[in-house]
Amino acid sequence: MKILAFAEQRDGAFKQSAFEVTKAASDAAGPLNADVVGLLIGSGIGAIASQLGGFGASRVVVVDDPQLTHYSTTAYAKIVAEVARKEQATILFLPASQMGRDLAPRVAVKLEAGVAADCTALRVDKGEIITSRPVYAGKALTDVRVTSPTSIFKLRPNVFTAGSTNGTSAVVEKVTVTLTADDFGARVTKTALATGRPDVTEAAIIVSGGRGMKGAEHFHLVEELADAFGAAVGASRAVVDAGWRPHDEQVGQTGKTVSPMLYVACGISGAVQHLAGMSTAKYIVAINKDKDAPIFQIADYGIVGDVFEVLPVLTGEVKKLLGKN
Amino acid sequence: MNIVVCVNHVPDTETKVKVGPDGKSIDKAGVNWMLGPYDEFAVEEALRLKERAGGQVTAISLGGDTHKETLRKALAMGVDKAVLLKDDSVRDSFSVSKALAEAAQSLNPEIILFGKQSIDYHNEQVPGMIAEILGWPSVSVVVKMDIQGTKVVCEREIEGGHEVVETTLPVVISAQKGLNEPRYPSLKGIMGAKTKPIEEKQPAAVQNRVEVLDMHKPDQKPPGKIVGTDATAVPELVRLLHEEAKVI
Repeated sequence: MKILAFAEQRDGAFKQSAFEVTKAASDAAGPLNADVVGLLIGSGIGAIASQLGGFGASRVVVVDDPQLTHYSTTAYAKIVAEVARKEQATILFLPASQMGRDLAPRVAVKLEAGVAADCTALRVDKGEIITSRPVYAGKALTDVRVTSPTSIFKLRPNVFTAGSTNGTSAVVEKVTVTLTADDFGARVTKTALATGRPDVTEAAIIVSGGRGMKGAEHFHLVEELADAFGAAVGASRAVVDAGWRPHDEQVGQTGKTVSPMLYVACGISGAVQHLAGMSTAKYIVAINKDKDAPIFQIADYGIVGDVFEVLPVLTGEVKKLLGKN
Repeated sequence: MNIVVCVNHVPDTETKVKVGPDGKSIDKAGVNWMLGPYDEFAVEEALRLKERAGGQVTAISLGGDTHKETLRKALAMGVDKAVLLKDDSVRDSFSVSKALAEAAQSLNPEIILFGKQSIDYHNEQVPGMIAEILGWPSVSVVVKMDIQGTKVVCEREIEGGHEVVETTLPVVISAQKGLNEPRYPSLKGIMGAKTKPIEEKQPAAVQNRVEVLDMHKPDQKPPGKIVGTDATAVPELVRLLHEEAKVI
């Protein structure tokens, strides 16, 4: 039995999800008596492939083609399906990243595979994978199994820990997939990445601000704390709708769903729709003047105080601890 | 231009979710339903396309009779026609996709619009599956879209930034927040929607590939610690994060 682990890369470097997905596949492979084969697609990316061995891949298939410098839904989907068929892989693990979520449905139709989306937990039970995933904005969880002969699992980023590499190098096999202009029905022509802070969906720590910050001009307090941690900056819907912060910082039901190690909520009351986006954070800190704010019901640690007073002091203490002065 | 937009009828975001008697799905009693928030961006975009290029917008929804409420909301916003694929059974994303693809195809559209995900199951599967079934290109999580003739240029969200994607009609698009500001239905629209016909069709049964075994509430977190009431609590908070939680 083979599990094909899709290893996402961007600009020639693995995304953290590549290691998470490979390690999760390796953990499931044990009880299933299966092998993990990594799949890496791109241009000029052969050199990094063997690293997946350190997370449990015995082999890595590399499809390296200058036409694949930029992502293309249809070309990548064709490659994933073709490699899965060639390898006779009946299980595919993909990250539930933008790329993974874009690819999985098309690959699923090609392989006639059922898809378990946005998995936050996996277990092997009597020779099959059962997965747990949040529904209704995280207000409930469902246990799901895939009943088709081939199955696809999309794993939520930042939830399955990759751990550190065990130092093994995987065997790398370069595979050619014939691609014509027709395979590039939609192609990326330009990528614009914001520099500096990590993306909220990938960050280990997020410092997030809400209406309690009382204005765009005060958000520098949130940013300074974020920079002290090396964290991403998040925002509640209220401050995004008010134009204080850009939409890509929004965390919540109509924003991003995040799963960091630490979420620091500053001046955020904790509306149900906001919690939907961050309740699976490992640790939550809340700073809010209102002791009855619902955020305190899910916070691990809280300070019932004024953000304007607390944040600068917290930034100072964090810098001291992390040796950045 | 023939424009199709698929809409879903979902519990509103304030809903206190309870597990129903079958142990696998939500208890529908007392739930307030709405047109999915992401679907609204899709409906709005469909209406704008029609305003620019002329043509007709048809909204399709798959589900029970109650889905008509959501179709009426789309009609009130200005959609021309509505189709209900009447089926109360449990369908997985592929099964839903097959049914919607067939219904959409019969309308001969040049574009099919969706919200990027529905806020009940968050699968984010249907738009991509339909595109694959139809053999069309697809662009997901679109925050900007420009169509000139048959050329389509979209901006989509990716981690840490945006990608510009070029493609051609016919295409499947899933809409992300930021694509547009959905209009409020006018009073005239609301009144008109009450009398516009909703065509009903029976979608063919399709075998599911995914089975929900059970639905349950997440474990309640144990209560946290209030460390203090002002900045003097900060050193203790940092100590706890460092020594107890070990996150820094």
